[in-house]
Amino acid sequence: MLPIEVSGLKKAYGNLKAVDGISFTVKEGEVFGLLGPNGAGKTTTIEIMEGLRERDDGDVKILGFDPWKNGYELHKKIGVIPQNFTFFEKTTPKEAINYYADLFHVKVDADAILQDVLLEDMAKHPFESLSGGQKQKTGLALSLVNQPELLFLDEPTTGLDPNARRAIWEVIRGLKAKGKTIILTTHYLDEAQQLSDRVAIMDHGHIVATGTTQEIIQQHGSGERLEIQGSQQLANYIKANTEEMQVEYDQAKGIVTVLLKKKIDALAALAAAEQSGMEWGNIQTRQDSLDDVFIKLVQEPLEEQQETTPKDQTNKKQRR
Amino acid sequence: MVSARRIYADFRVFSIGYLRNKFGLFFGLIFPVVLILIFGAIFAGGGAETVDVYVQNQDNGAFGQNIGDSFLSALNQSSTIRVITVDTTENFADFLAAKSASDGIFIPSDFSAHYIEGNQVNITVYGNPASSTSGIVSGTVNGYASYFNLQRFNGTTVIGLTTTTINTQQTNYVDFLIPGLIGFSILTSPMFSLVNISSDYKKNKLFKQLSLTPLTKMEWLISKVLFYILLSAAGFLLMSGVGILIFNAHITFSLWLIPFLVLGPILFASLGMLVGTVTKNPETAGVIGNIITFPMMFLAGTFFPLSIMPSYLQTIAHVLPLFYVTEGLNNVMVYNNIPAAMFDIAVLGIITLIIFVLAVKLFKWRED
Repeated sequence: MLPIEVSGLKKAYGNLKAVDGISFTVKEGEVFGLLGPNGAGKTTTIEIMEGLRERDDGDVKILGFDPWKNGYELHKKIGVIPQNFTFFEKTTPKEAINYYADLFHVKVDADAILQDVLLEDMAKHPFESLSGGQKQKTGLALSLVNQPELLFLDEPTTGLDPNARRAIWEVIRGLKAKGKTIILTTHYLDEAQQLSDRVAIMDHGHIVATGTTQEIIQQHGSGERLEIQGSQQLANYIKANTEEMQVEYDQAKGIVTVLLKKKIDALAALAAAEQSGMEWGNIQTRQDSLDDVFIKLVQEPLEEQQETTPKDQTNKKQRR
Repeated sequence: MVSARRIYADFRVFSIGYLRNKFGLFFGLIFPVVLILIFGAIFAGGGAETVDVYVQNQDNGAFGQNIGDSFLSALNQSSTIRVITVDTTENFADFLAAKSASDGIFIPSDFSAHYIEGNQVNITVYGNPASSTSGIVSGTVNGYASYFNLQRFNGTTVIGLTTTTINTQQTNYVDFLIPGLIGFSILTSPMFSLVNISSDYKKNKLFKQLSLTPLTKMEWLISKVLFYILLSAAGFLLMSGVGILIFNAHITFSLWLIPFLVLGPILFASLGMLVGTVTKNPETAGVIGNIITFPMMFLAGTFFPLSIMPSYLQTIAHVLPLFYVTEGLNNVMVYNNIPAAMFDIAVLGIITLIIFVLAVKLFKWRED
């Protein structure tokens, strides 16, 4: 049995199909990143897996449980940090941990947990006085109280400064080293790349790509290419004097791009350039980054999408 | 299914948080006491008003005159007493007890005959030594009796006074104010708090978060209700203490107070939660909460006795849940009228049950 098995999952809010038939599985000990722009359906998906939302259709098994029907049992075995984690204002992180321990009926060493999430200095400060990063760390600490096999982290670093983000990454790496299975949603590509074993890219309720970041780049990127500084004539010459090679010219940058089906193709292209007798400058080989692939896959660039929750979207639909 | 351990854990974390919040503490405990001090200071002196007194005139008259009637109309013209006539068929002592009245005047059947013949005859004045109004009543009756004696017999005492103690507590304003303000704090603390908490937790997704722990929504609500029962009890002791020590209030402590101190917080915590649950955001919740709370605060006999209100407002008061708290507290603490208090407990119990069940049913822990 895999910790997570999702197939054909659907959820709509009014006319908006937030999640439209997605399927994936997660293996034990794996860090699985759900990546996508805001409003792609990540939070809906993760909340359905946590048993916080009811699905419309499809099968979801989390640690063998149906999360909606057996949520109460499931929750004893999973740890969750919801998006924008908040807690009782006047309660300190240490009190919060002891409170959760009482609720879960487990004995914990609150100080050890605080150490694990790098929060021991703030153990006795009320939640309202903590910084954004410290609040998230409190959330992480609470999600560990019941020693879960499986952790759901919904945008754990959104809105944090770079240092705080890196500190949270440290904690997540530590959890991964302890063999926890982790589901992570994020709209930061570097975060997914840094932390995940595999990612699924979501857009408009669909999974548009899945695999390791390398696999996704290979499948969906344009492959390796050779870039040569030069003229339009040089591009034409190379195209004419090599066999079945795809050559493009970028007028603005003055760069000739040759797509490499095999690495050895670079040699033929360079030989042709030399043979042409024309001038050519710097050369380099390049591959699509995850950023390039991401922008290609999700139809709108990140910045142009609205910050919306599913509820806002239904409201907007109705207003229209 | 309901776990005492989890209720205690939630109760503890909530209490600690509450005690750290100076603002909440002020409104929960100190503010009602400040109100007692202010209202008490304003109204404690005020004896200038006319006292309503029940009167039963059994006088049969003699020689075509009814001296009893003349005496009463003279009393009525005084600025201190207003006479309310009671039918001669009533048992006067029972009538006074049923009305929780602290004063009464009884004129015997042979009053005119004795007066005209110059024989001694007594008017019975029912009063309560502890009541400030009783002194006014007996003093006034005494004054008019002397006047009548003087007119007819040159000062020879013909009309005498017999005083009888009746077993009702006095009702001066502070005595009445303390149950009212205890009712006020039973209403406002849990109500405002739960409106606020439940709409806020919903907005911040704290309920969702708690739903990921073994804590159930029923346990959560029980822990809040327990907290506000204890807070109300503390408020009750504090306010009664201030009333007794500073304003010399006359309060009866009785086990019959417990149902009000328990049902009240359950009712208003549930009502607050219901408002927080059915409204979309904290702002709307606050407005709806105020719309429910403020009229109830003023119309349910909290600051002023219902008897001084016009009858249509008194009718409205009877549909307000707080009315049964303040009236019940008054019946126990001031009038010691337990049968009436039992009726209030019954009504309050039914309203509480309905609101509690509704709150638990409509309150969503997971999906919003």
